[in-house]
Amino acid sequence: MSFPHGSDLETTTRLSRHQGEAEARTLEGWRARGGYEALRRSLDMSPAEITEVVKASGLRGRGGAGFPTGLKWSFMPKDDGKPHYLCCNADESEPGAFKDREVIRWTPHLLIEGCLIASRAIGAEHAYIYVRGEFFEETQVLNAAVVEAYENGLAGEGILGSSWSCDVTIHAGAGAYIAGEETGLMNSLMGNRAEPWAKPPFPAQAGAFGMPTTVNNVETLAAVPMILENGADWYRQWGSEESPGTKLWSCSGHLVRPGNYEFALGLPLSDIIFDACGGTPSGKPVKAVIPGGSSTAFLTGDELDCATTYEGLAEAGSALGTASPIVMDEDTDIVAAMRRIAQFYAHESCGQCVQCREGTSWVVRILQRIEAGDGRPADIDTLYELCEQMTGRTICVLADSVVFPLESSLDKFRADYEARMKPTLVAAG
Amino acid sequence: MSRRIHPAVVPAQPFQLTARETFDGPIFETEEGKHRLEAALSRYPTKQAALLPMLGFVQSVKGWIEPADMVEVAEALDLTPAYVHSIATFYTMYNKHPVGRHFVQVCTNISCHLNRAEEVLHRFLAETGTREGEVSADGEFTVIEAECLGACGFATVVQVNDRYLEDVTPDCVPEIVENLRGTRNGGPDAGGDA
Repeated sequence: MSFPHGSDLETTTRLSRHQGEAEARTLEGWRARGGYEALRRSLDMSPAEITEVVKASGLRGRGGAGFPTGLKWSFMPKDDGKPHYLCCNADESEPGAFKDREVIRWTPHLLIEGCLIASRAIGAEHAYIYVRGEFFEETQVLNAAVVEAYENGLAGEGILGSSWSCDVTIHAGAGAYIAGEETGLMNSLMGNRAEPWAKPPFPAQAGAFGMPTTVNNVETLAAVPMILENGADWYRQWGSEESPGTKLWSCSGHLVRPGNYEFALGLPLSDIIFDACGGTPSGKPVKAVIPGGSSTAFLTGDELDCATTYEGLAEAGSALGTASPIVMDEDTDIVAAMRRIAQFYAHESCGQCVQCREGTSWVVRILQRIEAGDGRPADIDTLYELCEQMTGRTICVLADSVVFPLESSLDKFRADYEARMKPTLVAAG
Repeated sequence: MSRRIHPAVVPAQPFQLTARETFDGPIFETEEGKHRLEAALSRYPTKQAALLPMLGFVQSVKGWIEPADMVEVAEALDLTPAYVHSIATFYTMYNKHPVGRHFVQVCTNISCHLNRAEEVLHRFLAETGTREGEVSADGEFTVIEAECLGACGFATVVQVNDRYLEDVTPDCVPEIVENLRGTRNGGPDAGGDA
């Protein structure tokens, strides 16, 4: 269990403040903590008013892309007479990220409340919560909460005595990283292979079951109730203009205190790694950090003073992503680490686009032979060439996701790669 | 719109529960099968959307899905067997072959890789006397390497049937294997720091 943490750094536990409290899982315990008050309030507001508050708060999508949530909601058509759907993306599968799992298993009612408020804002009649199949225990906890919500008039027909109705259904995934991509997720929900589709059509035009749909991440939806209750300005007391609020951080790799934390956006990354997580267990310097989950670019141990905001990490040449720093100490074999990351993407490529299907496995094969000390002189150039060919040419960003860590590791740790080449070939090359 | 059944009747199935039971007759003519199908259909606007839930249901009973089951699921949902096969083979959690009673999946993705996951995997293979993916002679174990299980702060993460074991080190493996032998589906004493 990861909560509460001993930490030398001040955490700002808003969204996660009831994690670790077993009673918070039950409706009674959740209500005692002020649960469902925001939903009650939302029933007195128009969908446009709810959307406006979330827009004003500056909340950005927590699934990795950081798209403004209120703006996304505003894309949904109004009074079009069609059924609308909300899909909650609980397919958490970005290597490094494990924050949504904690939200689900400790505060399932928070997630349900967020889903309902979002559904009201976008006019959805049904909220589907797509949970990755491996999260079985989490699904059981969430299912018990959904049942409680139905039995107490918080879901289904006539919510809280109003005339508004909305269903909530948990849909278990079955093992596919790509189902975390929004169009892949909707395809999977519909009983298809989780293959992303080229946009347009955008989800708000024709998403799940061909109807206007919004897909939001667990943490995004879990932030909505507190924003509605306390207002946009309250939320903006933390973070920066472009990255307001608090954020869950999943910290893993070589750390004394790995786990989930919640911080106001904007702390230096080094504070999170060294003060909160205690640095490396070996006591050795940090060699590299992948700050936003495995599909973001490497930072070196000297680049950790950047601010942990969307813009701060972008300026540093990486991305906030899912806020999941993977920390590697001085002894880490960067080639082996990169090979393992690339293997994941090769395994998870859905196979629709050649650049991704072939590119990811080419990358793996080249990295494997470099790792084995059998690299060829042209291999590094070939890897760069593949990076070029795999960027921005595919339906979704899975191919790009391997390029970010690969290209940055080549740029920043080239010596590590060259050291593994056959000595004679390096000289010849 | 069709009647929506209370969600309490459609819990997500214990997917990897390697139950090794069989259906008493055609799947969707059994009480449980009928009930599951009706419940799932009531939650979606299309029949096809019940496909993943139904494949999950079959696996929860039998521990794996064989081609004949895919045909039955296809018929129940007005799909072709080929289509159902294409779905069952796309998603990694559907076992297309029988697995041991304890299906051990060792995450070796990056955060676990940095915390000796490969050693954990090899230790599991050695302790169970199996090669990756095969069922041990006594039918107890199948060990495979898994992609990210989404619990990276607790590396190395090992999934045994439906249960996560966290912070597994190579040294804990013999005790975990010993405890699993003879228990039904993992169990509170299965070892590891879950």
